[in-house]
Order: sequence, then structure tokens, then C-alpha cells
Amino acid sequence: MVPIGHYLFLSAALLGIGIVGVVTRRNVIIILMSVELILNAVNINLVAFSRLVGSVEGQVFAIFIITDAAAEAAVGLGIIIAFFRNRETVLADEMDILKW
Amino acid sequence: MPSEYFLAHIWLIPLFPLAGAALMLLIGRRLPNSGVNAICVGSVFLAMVYAFGGVVQLIARPVAQRVVEVVLFDWVPAGAMHTTAGRLVNFNAQWGMLLDPLSAVMLCVVTGVGFLIHVYSTGYMGHEGGYYRFFGYLNLFMFSMLTLVLGNNLLLLFVGWEGVGLCSYLLIGFYFLRKSASDAGKKAFIVNRIGDAGFILGLFLLMGTLGTLRFTEIGPALQAGGFAVGDGVMTAIALLLCVGATGKSAQIPLYVWLPDAMEGPTPVSALIHAATMVTAGVYMVTRMNAVFQLAPVALGVVATIGAATALFAATMGLVQNDIKRVLAYSTVSQLGYMFLALGSGAFTAGIFHLMTHAFFKALLFLGSGSVIHAMSGEQDMRKMGALWGKIPTTAKTFVVAAVAISGIPPLAGFFSKDAILGAAFETRPVLWGIGFVTAGLTAFYMFRLVNMTFFGESRVPHDVEHHIHESPSSMTVPLVILAGLSVVGGWIGWPESLGGSDRFAHFLEPVIAQHAATASAAAETSGHGTEYALMLASVLIATLGIWLASRLYLQRPELPERIAERWSGLYRLLYNKYYVDQIYDAMFVNRTKDLASALGAFDRNIVDGLGVNGAGWLTRATSLVSMWWDSWIVDGLVNLAARIVWVFSWPVRVLQSGRVSNYALWIVLGTLLIVWHYLGAAGITFHNLVP
Repeated sequence: MVPIGHYLFLSAALLGIGIVGVVTRRNVIIILMSVELILNAVNINLVAFSRLVGSVEGQVFAIFIITDAAAEAAVGLGIIIAFFRNRETVLADEMDILKW
Repeated sequence: MPSEYFLAHIWLIPLFPLAGAALMLLIGRRLPNSGVNAICVGSVFLAMVYAFGGVVQLIARPVAQRVVEVVLFDWVPAGAMHTTAGRLVNFNAQWGMLLDPLSAVMLCVVTGVGFLIHVYSTGYMGHEGGYYRFFGYLNLFMFSMLTLVLGNNLLLLFVGWEGVGLCSYLLIGFYFLRKSASDAGKKAFIVNRIGDAGFILGLFLLMGTLGTLRFTEIGPALQAGGFAVGDGVMTAIALLLCVGATGKSAQIPLYVWLPDAMEGPTPVSALIHAATMVTAGVYMVTRMNAVFQLAPVALGVVATIGAATALFAATMGLVQNDIKRVLAYSTVSQLGYMFLALGSGAFTAGIFHLMTHAFFKALLFLGSGSVIHAMSGEQDMRKMGALWGKIPTTAKTFVVAAVAISGIPPLAGFFSKDAILGAAFETRPVLWGIGFVTAGLTAFYMFRLVNMTFFGESRVPHDVEHHIHESPSSMTVPLVILAGLSVVGGWIGWPESLGGSDRFAHFLEPVIAQHAATASAAAETSGHGTEYALMLASVLIATLGIWLASRLYLQRPELPERIAERWSGLYRLLYNKYYVDQIYDAMFVNRTKDLASALGAFDRNIVDGLGVNGAGWLTRATSLVSMWWDSWIVDGLVNLAARIVWVFSWPVRVLQSGRVSNYALWIVLGTLLIVWHYLGAAGITFHNLVP
């Protein structure tokens, strides 16, 4: 049996890559992909602890999160396309219209 | 058909042409010329049928019953009012039609001559633009004129009076692109307004004095009021009405518009400015003869104006070279004759001359129109001559009219002119003298015109000469009919002294008020000897005029020029129409313009400058203060509040960069902070996490 520490390490690595991607990349699509990495890091965590504790609740949460990630990807891509149609850009540092 | 069908339906007569005019206004533009002809000439034809039917049925009645009044509705029910004498009356002007011998004569003249001129116009105006407009105006004129003639009270007469004035203006200015034409229209309209001011004042004074304007009630009201001959109020009314008449009938001092009115199409000159509208003044004075007979002073003024105008206009007609202008001055002069008749108390003679004049002067104008038509629009007689053989029908009918107006028996003009001169001789021999001289001048200038146009050497330019052609039958048939009327039209007034029975005068007698001491009765007393002498004298002077004209313009064509050189001062005075237009310009027109300029300057400097601009300046000055207060105090306080908020909001503001990645960074940092806090609280540190 793989000790829990490995899972946690993998999960933390994914989280770190995701966060760095979200904060540093300019392309919104890559930012969205980085968000998926963060979500999957959480999933690994949940599934690992669920297995360790012997409770199925963590796995249920993981399935919810996968569903949520799919919905989020659809909505996020929709927003990006709508934004691109208006401003002809997918670069995050040009998306400064949150401040009016 | 009931026996008095037409008498019961005289109210329809003005409505036919009104319907025609309305149709022209609504759909005239889309109609072909033949459609316009059918509607407009047809409407006048119907009016003529109803008019003649009514007149025939009126004559069929016994003399005492020859008054028919058809009231359509109460038009101005003003209610109770006090007359100046303090009597309480119920004033009510009706929209009613009155047919009596006087309006019967006018009705026949207006519809008869009007119909012929409409027929003539279909030929004359056939090639002109605005065909439907022309006929619409003509029909509107017929409506107004018939309202004027048939109206049963003075107020309704005034409606027609103004209506014909409007149509006159519209038709004089028919070629409105030509400045002289639109100027002439305005001149006619404005000069007529001056006369109308007098008319209105007289009308109000009469209304205030008698409490009624209805013709059938004026006579009894005068009787009831007990007004004596020479009464001051009656004199004032008569003089004011006389001012109105001088405007409409082109008498001194308001005659100046009529010669200029020749700018209109020739059929208009014939219908409005010769046969019908300009005689409205004569008709109105005759209609009000009961008032005028109470005012001998006013009658004297009318007679003097008439005689003076007759002579004055005739002298101006002697030297004019425009064929229509000669006829215009002739019209003014003949209207002067009619006024002379009215002023002499011979109202029937005035109306008689009105009728015969309508025949031969309409004929003269239509004939001159035919000449102008043949000459491709040329109106200058110096470029005519020897047209007799080329346009025979026009020439022959024209000569008939010229003989008639000259007063050669047995044509129409002789009888009517002689009746006038006879009446003038009885009352004011001096004025008879003026009329007598004018008769000679009339014959002279008419035959000067005839000789220069139809006889002598041809002075027609070559390019015009081979275009000369007789007019179409639509134009020549009215000429022939009018020529016939010019010959026989006077016979209904064949005087007793020549074996006739004065039927015309007796027919009109019921309309003429019989006051105790009027001059018209005097005519009976004089013997026939005087009448014969007067007739002989006027025929002789007319013959002299004709002889002189043929001598000067046929046998010795070089003489007129030499005479003009010899008497150049007089010639220029006449040729320039006594400089009356210039004098009026200097005395009235330019003074009015000066007044307008002064008022304009007052408006610009005082009203606009001091008033409007001053108020504007004051508002601006106060608003400057307000603006300073607003921008420094009111806005300053607002800005101060905003600046305070701005300063204190600095830490929050810099966080709000608006960039998505900045926000993401803040989210991550915040999350790390929370994680670190909880881990710390749980006693977990980085050291014991990583072995």
C-alpha cells in the first residue's frame, strides 16, 4: 500500500504547479487549465484520505468536484469566447474591465 | 316645373360657380383642359340659365311685386342693440338673396357677359400654363360678384365686394413670375383697401344709425327715423360709402390701380376691370340711393369726382401707345360718367350706362385680346396698323364697339351717355360741359386706337407679320354676340323724346327711393327742345372727334408727332399720366416706407437694443455671479467631499487594479495566509511537517 505521504506530495505538487500557472500565465485558457490542475490536486487529496479513513464520503466529494470542473470549464470557455468577440484578446493582463 | 321655379331658386346662382371653383381647387390639376372647360364654363352657363330664368319670371310679375327675397339662414344674428337714436333693435344680417329690378339688371350683365368671356377664355388661354388655376379664379370671381349683386344686405354685399377684390388681385397677378404683374396685383389690392376702410366705416355708421343693413328695411327705417334732406349723419355715411366706391370703381383719387391692372390676362381685364367688378361702386351707390338722396353734398361730391375723373382719364388716354392701357383709361373715364350720373340723381341712367358699357367695353377688351393674340403678344399700337383685312371679324366687331362708345346713334353708347349728359345739364351745367368735352375726347382716342391698329400703313415687324391669323371661333363668336348687344343694347332705354318709352328707367324706378325734393324729378319738366339740342351737340362733338382722329392718324400721320413736339410739355405731362404715380409715391408710398423704416429703427434700437438685448445683458451679468457662486462654493463643497473620500480610499483603490491575474495572486496569497494561520493554530509547522 502506498503511504499517504506520497499522495499528499503529489497533490501538493499539482497544487503548486496550478497556482503558479494561474498567477503567472497571461493566456486565460492556460489559466483555466491551471485551475483544473488545482481542482484535481484537491481530488487526489480527497480520494487518498477517503481510502485511509475507510469512508466513502471523500470519493463522493471528488465526483462532485469533477462534475463541477466540467461545468466550470464550459462556463469559463463560454466567457472567454464572449470576451474574445468583444475585445479580440485572451490575455489576462488586458482584461482590466473589472474596474470601471 | 312650378311657375316661379327660378325665383325660388335664385340662391343657387352663386353656388354654381362656387362649386366650379372648389372643384378646380381640389381636382383641377388632374383634369385635361376639356374637363376644366366643361366644369367652369358649364357652371357659369347654369348660373346664367338660372339668372335669366329668374329675371324673366320677375318681369312677368306685376310692377309692385317685383321684389323677391330668398333667405337661406341667419348669418350674423347680433341680437339686441341700441341705435344712436336710442331705439332698441334686433340686428340680424342674413345670408339672403334679393332679386329686384336693380339686381336683375346686374345679374343679366354679370352672368351674360361673364359667360361670353368664359367661352372666349377657353380660346385665349388655351396655350397658357395654369389653365385650371385661371378658370378656378374666374369661377371664384363669378361667385363673389354674384354674391355682391344678389346679397340682400350691405354686409353680405361687402363679402362679395372683398371677394371680387381678392380675385382681382389673384388674376392681375396671374403671371406672378413677372414682377410688374405681381406689383400691379399688390397695388390694386392695397389701393382698394383704402377705399374699403371708408366703406366699412360708412357701413358701421349706417348700422349704428338705422339698426339694419337690409336693403328692404333701409327705406322704411329712414322714413321712421325722420331724416331730413341734408342730414349730417346721412351725409357722413354717403361720403364714406363714396370713398369705398371710388376705390372699387377707380375714381379720383384712387383710380391709379386700374391702368396697372392691365398686367392681367386680357379676358380678366374684360370681365373684372371693365364689365363687372369696377362697376360694383356704381351698383353700391345706386343700391344706397335712399341714403345718397338725403345727402345733396355727397351727391355733389360724387358728381364732381365723376366728371373730373371722366375728363382726367380721357386726356391720359389720348397719348398712350399700349392698346390695353388706352382701354383702361377709357374705362376709368366711362366709370366717371356713371358717377356723374349718380351724382346728378339719375341713378337709372348710371345703371343704364353701366350695362351698355359692359357690352361695348368687354367687346373692346376681348377684341384687343384677339389683336394681341394675332400679333403674337405685341401690345404696342405703334407696331400695328392695317390689320383690317387680316383679322376681319375682330376688326369689324371692334369698330362697332368703338362707334358705340363714341356715342353715335343708334348704338348703345348714345342712349346711355345722352341720358347722363341730359341729367347733368339739368343739375350742374358746368359738369355737363366737362362731360361734353370728354365725349369728344372719347371719340378721338377710340378712333385713334382703331386707326393705328386696323388702318393706315402697316408698321408690323416682318417676323410677326406672317404669323397674323384670325382667332378661333371660341373667341370670335363672343365678339360677334357682344357686337350685337353693343348695337341693340341701348334700345331698351330708347328715350321718350325720340318716340320710345324709357322702358329701362321705368323698370328700375321701384328701386329708386322717392323723396320729396330730389333732383331726378326735374327731368320731366324740361321741354324736349333742350334734349334734342343736347343730343345733337354730343353727336356733333363725337363726330368731330372721329374726324380729327382720322385726319391725324390716317391722312396726315406725320402730324401727331409734330403736335407732340410743339406742345412737348403738355405731351409729356399726359404721357406720364400727370405724374400722379410719382406724386403718390412721393406723398404716400415713400412716406409710408419712411415711417416703416423709422419704426424698424425703433424696433432694432429701442425694443431690440434696449429692451431685449438689455434684458439679455442683465441676465448674463447676474448669471456670471451665480456661475462664480456655483463653481466655487457649491461645486467646491461637493469636490471637497469627493477629495476627502479619494484620499482615504487610497489603500483600497490600489488593490483594485482590474487585472484578473492580480486578483488571482491576491486570492492565492489570502489562501496561503488562512492555511498558515490554521496550521499554526493546530501546532503544525514547516519543520515538523517535513522530516
